[in-house]
Amino acid sequence: MSESLAPRQTSSEPDGIQQEPPQTVASRLALWHRAGGIVVPILTVILAFLIGGLLVLGTGHNPIQAYWDIIKGAGLNWLAHPTNTDVANTAAYNFSQTLLQTTPLILTGLAVAFAFRCGMFNIGGNGQYLVGLFVANWVGISFVNMTKPAHILLGIAAAAAAGAIWAGIAGFLKATTGAHEVITTIMLNWVAYWIGNYIFQQGGPLQGAANKPLDIPISGDVAQSAKLPVFWGDADLQGLHIGFFIAIASLVVFWLILNRTTLGYEVRAVGYNPDAAAYGGIKVRTNYVRAMAISGAFAGLAGGLDMLGYLYHFGTTDVQASSIGFLGIAVALLGRNTAVGVGLAAFLFGALLYGTTHGLQSGTIDPSLAGHLTEMIQGLVVLFVGADVLILAVWNSRRKLQRKSRATQAAPEPEAASS
Amino acid sequence: MSTYAGTVQRAGSRLIEPTSVGAIGVTLGVIAFVLAIPPIAARSPLWPILVGIVAILFGVVAASRGAYRVGFGAIAAGALGAGLAVLATRSSTAHLNQVFTASLIASMLVFATPLTFGALGGIFSERSGVVNIGLEGMMLMGAFWGIWGADKTGSWVWGVLIAMASGGALALVHAFFAIHLRADQIVGGVAVNFLALGITGYFFVQLYHGENVPTGVSQIPDVQLTSDSSHGFFADSFGHLNLMIWIAMLFVVLTYIVLFKTPIGLRIRACGEHPRAADTVGINVYAIRYGAVILSGILAAMGGAYLTVGYLNTYNENVTAGRGFIALAAVIFGNWRPFGAFGAALLFGFSTALAYRLPVYSSNAAVLFQALPYVLTLIAVAGVIGRTVPPAADGRPYKKQ
Repeated sequence: MSESLAPRQTSSEPDGIQQEPPQTVASRLALWHRAGGIVVPILTVILAFLIGGLLVLGTGHNPIQAYWDIIKGAGLNWLAHPTNTDVANTAAYNFSQTLLQTTPLILTGLAVAFAFRCGMFNIGGNGQYLVGLFVANWVGISFVNMTKPAHILLGIAAAAAAGAIWAGIAGFLKATTGAHEVITTIMLNWVAYWIGNYIFQQGGPLQGAANKPLDIPISGDVAQSAKLPVFWGDADLQGLHIGFFIAIASLVVFWLILNRTTLGYEVRAVGYNPDAAAYGGIKVRTNYVRAMAISGAFAGLAGGLDMLGYLYHFGTTDVQASSIGFLGIAVALLGRNTAVGVGLAAFLFGALLYGTTHGLQSGTIDPSLAGHLTEMIQGLVVLFVGADVLILAVWNSRRKLQRKSRATQAAPEPEAASS
Repeated sequence: MSTYAGTVQRAGSRLIEPTSVGAIGVTLGVIAFVLAIPPIAARSPLWPILVGIVAILFGVVAASRGAYRVGFGAIAAGALGAGLAVLATRSSTAHLNQVFTASLIASMLVFATPLTFGALGGIFSERSGVVNIGLEGMMLMGAFWGIWGADKTGSWVWGVLIAMASGGALALVHAFFAIHLRADQIVGGVAVNFLALGITGYFFVQLYHGENVPTGVSQIPDVQLTSDSSHGFFADSFGHLNLMIWIAMLFVVLTYIVLFKTPIGLRIRACGEHPRAADTVGINVYAIRYGAVILSGILAAMGGAYLTVGYLNTYNENVTAGRGFIALAAVIFGNWRPFGAFGAALLFGFSTALAYRLPVYSSNAAVLFQALPYVLTLIAVAGVIGRTVPPAADGRPYKKQ
């Protein structure tokens, strides 16, 4: 990831000029993993929440009350008495909604994380999520005569494939022409954005029949046979659908692919050091395309599950407001690109996302105000989590602490022996 | 006498250089299209096609002599120009007159101006070796704080100045993380975009309740070159453009001079190409990079301020809507050069301006036209029309020894 936007320099440096040692993806990843454990992410989150709190305080609201409201809005107080699963209970309902938001966040987080483990930065999660959503909507509206399991399976598979193809374009361009994936995925995001504006607008191909000319353009609802079963709550009230388990399973799949398969080994090898991997006989280019495609499949799956799970329809304004894929970047970085980390970070952001918007009840802080607080905290998290020197400082202080504690442990012993 | 002949000879030999041949080809491609639209509006497809073919030939000649980028550009321009011209000859003159008026040039410049400011900012930052994905965020900061400043102080001058300060402040955050903390510059840029979205959104709700859009705020004035009543090609296209549009064009020239004709520009480029070497000869790499990144924030914010204080004269949430990313695309498309980026901004501005007028033909397809800048950039970075070459040390943190 730290490789520059410049094409790799193949010609040797002129004599006598010492190029600084290349900061490879390997060194950076290793640093992150070594220094992190769970310390840096937690510090990052606390710092981000503190700064966000200061802003809330500065603009004349009570930050502690605001955060408490957000926690209640996310339904986290339900965890205190988890036996009451009746969604008529506000806490239980809010918690189910938090999990509903967590579902796509896990997957878009995995999308960023998987590419990252191959040494690429996939900023295109949102575009891949959107194309997955479009395709799932199309499949859900068409093929109405299929049986429920077949229809759902087709919809999910098509969404994942669409995401894979969308990201695969970036991977293919990187493999064949060396085009930097950051630039190409950003551009693909906006292409998907305008495609969305095209297909859902008045008279667009996916615009719903029930739409009146002056309404905000919106697509038709997916057929009953394509809707995912709801296992907690009511389907009409945005119940929690079984896509949640698919997301959890994806975390396991992510871990299995990376750590227990040849494919994963190759992907990680390329991520650590593409030159060494090539020397070891691994096809670096093939792995770029493969890793991007798998990464896009995760994001496309997120779009598919959202569409068939609870959205059922989509409109141009939804396209313009969509940011789940961008949140995936924060989720992956905070989760240190590991399966467990992504799961936890997705839950944090899912809670923040729902707790600051729809779930927020009391009048301490305006929900629309709190919604932007989420964006700010998200930005701060990404900002702090990416700072190498910050991580190094934490790493060093941790080592110092360990040394000190070892020294203090070692020191009393002779005294104990002598007394 | 002999010197005169020499000059003529040199000028002649420059004309048949492959890049010049290619440039002529590109121009011919554009002419092929222009022939078919008002005021000329040739009704027979013969002439545009002929000119298009000549353009393609020029392109082939240029490409075969090694000027791949401009050569393939000429081939594409010739084919596109002829193709579009044939389409134009088939549509009714009434429709053409509606779309291709002189004011199309004015609206192209309107849409190109925020992109130009953003792209110039991006060039400064990236030429000094710091990737700036955060242009969008800095532009958004300028857009919001610009209109807020103009609203509170009652003067657009203060509005623009406050916008510049806000963009510079956000750029300072990016610079601090990218330069001192050696954070990954792409991650930092992404973070800056989120931050700007959060900050402007938060204060838009806090200060204006998210809906009380300020209207009637002091607006950046237009430059009246012709009287309001006069009409004609010049009056409609350049007669009353906004002051910021002229400033943007002036800045393009200034940026070129600063970057390529002054010592400070040489230093900036040295930091972007080989920071260690720059450090060795006594250039303060950190200071140069800080300056360049902050300048990029200031410029991007001016683009945002133009958007709200100059053009829309109001604000709504996330008003920039991806213009910062098109500016980034213009930087890449223009190969990290001011005039190249300006050309790309004009092209992207033209495609947007056209997208707003094409509903005359088909209201649906016109929306897709807005994706054109992104698709073109995809093609450009893929190296189909010549390889784009970023500064060698772009995106690499530099550690002093």
